[in-house]
Amino acid sequence: MLKEGQVRIPAGCAISGIMNKKGEVFSGRDIIKSIAVMHDRSNGLGGGFAAYGIYPEFKNHYAFHLFYENKKVKQETEFVLNKLFNIELAEPIPTRDVSSIGKAPLIWRYFAKPKANQIQANETEAEYVVNFVMKINSELEGAYVFSSGKNMGTFKGVGYPEDIGDFYRLDEYKGYIWTAHGRFPTNTPGWWGGAHPFSLLDWTIVHNGEISSYDANRRYLEMYGYKCTLQTDTEAITYIFDLLLRKFGLPLDSAINIVAAPFWSKISRMNPEQQKLMKSLRAVFSSLLINGPFSIILGSTNGFMALNDRLKLRSLVAAEKGDNLYIASEESAILEICKNPDKTWAPRGGEPVIGLLDGKESLYCFDETQEEEVVRHSVAL
Amino acid sequence: MSLNYMTPAFIIERDKDRCIDCQVCVRQCANEAHKWDEEEQKVYSEDANCVNCHRCVVMCPTRALSVRRFPLEFRYNANWTPETIRAIYLQAETGGVLLTGMGNDRPYPIYWDHMLLNASQVTNPSIDPLREPMELKTYLGRKPDFLKIKNGKLLEDIPPQLELDVPIMFSAMSFGSISLNAHKSLAAAAQQVGTYWNTGEGGLHRDLVQYGDHTIVQVASGRFGINPDYLKAGAAIEIKIGQGAKPGIGGHLPGEKVGEEVSKTRMIPLGTDALSPAPHHDIYSIEDLRQLIYSLKEATEYQKPVFVKIAAVHNVAAIASGIVRAGADVVVIDGYRGGTGAAPLRTRDSVGIPIEFALAAVDTRLREEGIRNKASLVIGGSIRNSTDIVKAIALGADAVYIGTGALIALGCHLCQKCYTGKCNWGIATQDPQLYKRLNPEIGAERAANLLKAWAHEIEELLGGMGINALESLRGNRLMLRGIGLTDRELNILGIKAAGE
Repeated sequence: MLKEGQVRIPAGCAISGIMNKKGEVFSGRDIIKSIAVMHDRSNGLGGGFAAYGIYPEFKNHYAFHLFYENKKVKQETEFVLNKLFNIELAEPIPTRDVSSIGKAPLIWRYFAKPKANQIQANETEAEYVVNFVMKINSELEGAYVFSSGKNMGTFKGVGYPEDIGDFYRLDEYKGYIWTAHGRFPTNTPGWWGGAHPFSLLDWTIVHNGEISSYDANRRYLEMYGYKCTLQTDTEAITYIFDLLLRKFGLPLDSAINIVAAPFWSKISRMNPEQQKLMKSLRAVFSSLLINGPFSIILGSTNGFMALNDRLKLRSLVAAEKGDNLYIASEESAILEICKNPDKTWAPRGGEPVIGLLDGKESLYCFDETQEEEVVRHSVAL
Repeated sequence: MSLNYMTPAFIIERDKDRCIDCQVCVRQCANEAHKWDEEEQKVYSEDANCVNCHRCVVMCPTRALSVRRFPLEFRYNANWTPETIRAIYLQAETGGVLLTGMGNDRPYPIYWDHMLLNASQVTNPSIDPLREPMELKTYLGRKPDFLKIKNGKLLEDIPPQLELDVPIMFSAMSFGSISLNAHKSLAAAAQQVGTYWNTGEGGLHRDLVQYGDHTIVQVASGRFGINPDYLKAGAAIEIKIGQGAKPGIGGHLPGEKVGEEVSKTRMIPLGTDALSPAPHHDIYSIEDLRQLIYSLKEATEYQKPVFVKIAAVHNVAAIASGIVRAGADVVVIDGYRGGTGAAPLRTRDSVGIPIEFALAAVDTRLREEGIRNKASLVIGGSIRNSTDIVKAIALGADAVYIGTGALIALGCHLCQKCYTGKCNWGIATQDPQLYKRLNPEIGAERAANLLKAWAHEIEELLGGMGINALESLRGNRLMLRGIGLTDRELNILGIKAAGE
């Protein structure tokens, strides 16, 4: 049987997310309880978590999480890693035996900083890291980087999400944002790399749905150097946000108006200035419209954003209590961990729920290279 | 003159029980296939003149007429077919180039019919276009890589775009090759449906300037009727390098078709032959094309998108890439089945490649070079129905041009005799007695109906695939599967085989 990446596998899912806007950290126990309520929305063939704020002692290092199928490819990968990065710490990710979890790959993590002399003159640090991840994932058979951000990490595998949480001992980590995913793929050989969240740099995505625009999205992304090796919707959605927010420097609301574009009938009722902006967004980025059912939680260091497709073909519920923001496929998953929310609502199709840490203005933290980065991507003819 | 070896191509069958000798057929047939015998007071047929255009059959009040292929057969020969033999008789008699009209009719594979579409089942829902919004709006023109936005405001306008409510336009057919009433029909239909028609290379008749917002004005090698007002009258400008029916050769409108209106519109003397050279005499390479593109942009103050239309030839992908880099806003590729008012038969039937392959190759190439969104991609060359359009968009087109299909909507019966100027349907003719048969209001309604009908069908097909905006289909080749294709063909089309 072909594994994920060699074949496109549609999947249904459950998602859940919790964040504390003050940035206070809390254990992974809540998110495991929340996703466990939606047990029947997954089928034991994939579960995973993303957590932000879990590695404060290495907050300036990239935390690479890797799966290896064998020791040989681990050696090959570490050779590349050592060439491109200074590694502060390399260790197996701690796990505990869980009877329902089958044979796991070798799971390692590395805290590392790029070697400055290896970064090309026309390359930002972020691009350097992205290129490294793309290289390992597309060129080294049997090695897979599944997390590559700073002070954050994803943990995933084949199994029900609550069992995966137990396996990775997530109750022992503390983060200020947690997202979770339970997967219901329609067929899969059970490859650990195929589980979600999908992650690149600080971005993580958990996603429920099957997008019908996949190949249109993929072929556009590939023009900008992304390699959609997994052939999954989630991977494509992550790259879309990375392209729009990081590479093109667009504001988040514009990105949302691209992926879940307002209908032309709605645009025709806007004021002329808004109309001009919306028309331009839809005309220029038409290939990045995400079509078909989806609900996603896009996580970053600064917060998260939950979004439905514009027809709301997938369930998504949000709630607030004090400084906490909750998102889940089903309300029950929120009530399990937050008995009396201050407010509960079902966001409309295309209407984002944005949770930012206090004092942050965007999901992407721009640095001084951003301006230059944007200019460089305008391909001169 | 030697004996004429030609035998009739068609036989007119007249049911004598039904015929009332009313002479409608005699008056309707510009080819003089029906005649009135004064002495006998009877209608009779001259089979040899019949082109099988069905005009008499449709107009006959008693349904007395039918036309069939002439039953005379040569001795069977798989190599020397009747067409081959007849062509030699004709050329032996005339010493001339064989002429024909409309697109390639040879039995080459039709790749549209070797591709199947996807639909949603269980894992994602299909969308019902009667209950949910379904968007076909398309913008044609150069797209920047990204937008500069500050405080919810767009800092820089995007280059000029054409806005299409349906992804179908009427392709270039000149005034001269078709009648003014045909032009009026297409222009009014384009306006009604929210799309564009194309003047072709024969200029824009003064009565049609009112449709300027829905007009694409063409600049071809003959440069007929071109002046600053013409360029500014349209919504976009199309440079015609070639067309699918006759790649590599020019055009020739015979002097007898250059009546007063055509002469004024084309700005050439009455009754002179209108010759379009094979190449533009100022374009001998890609850098020359760039100069023409920018001359036209300068002349129109960068307000109009500039299209460049080429025929689908072997090296089409590389040429298209050059055209995008030369500054074209829209690249138009015309496949080898594209129609024409007149073309040498041998060129029409043997030059060029199928539009399906050309489209797939161009879209793939432009993406590999990272310049696909620098220009829109429009294709033509025998789009026969709405599924051809859906498949074209899934392969990577932004929109399609239809020519033959539009003329069929106006009444064309594909007799392939456009070059004679005797079109009994009032389409490919400048004879006032003939073109008045085409009522522009009815023509406009029929052409508009066709676009609306196809738009409905496209919406149904999109909804079935779980897509509610056409742009999500564009280049979405996962929605296609090949059937009865070789690995090589699947590879060129960039699609999987059915069952994969």
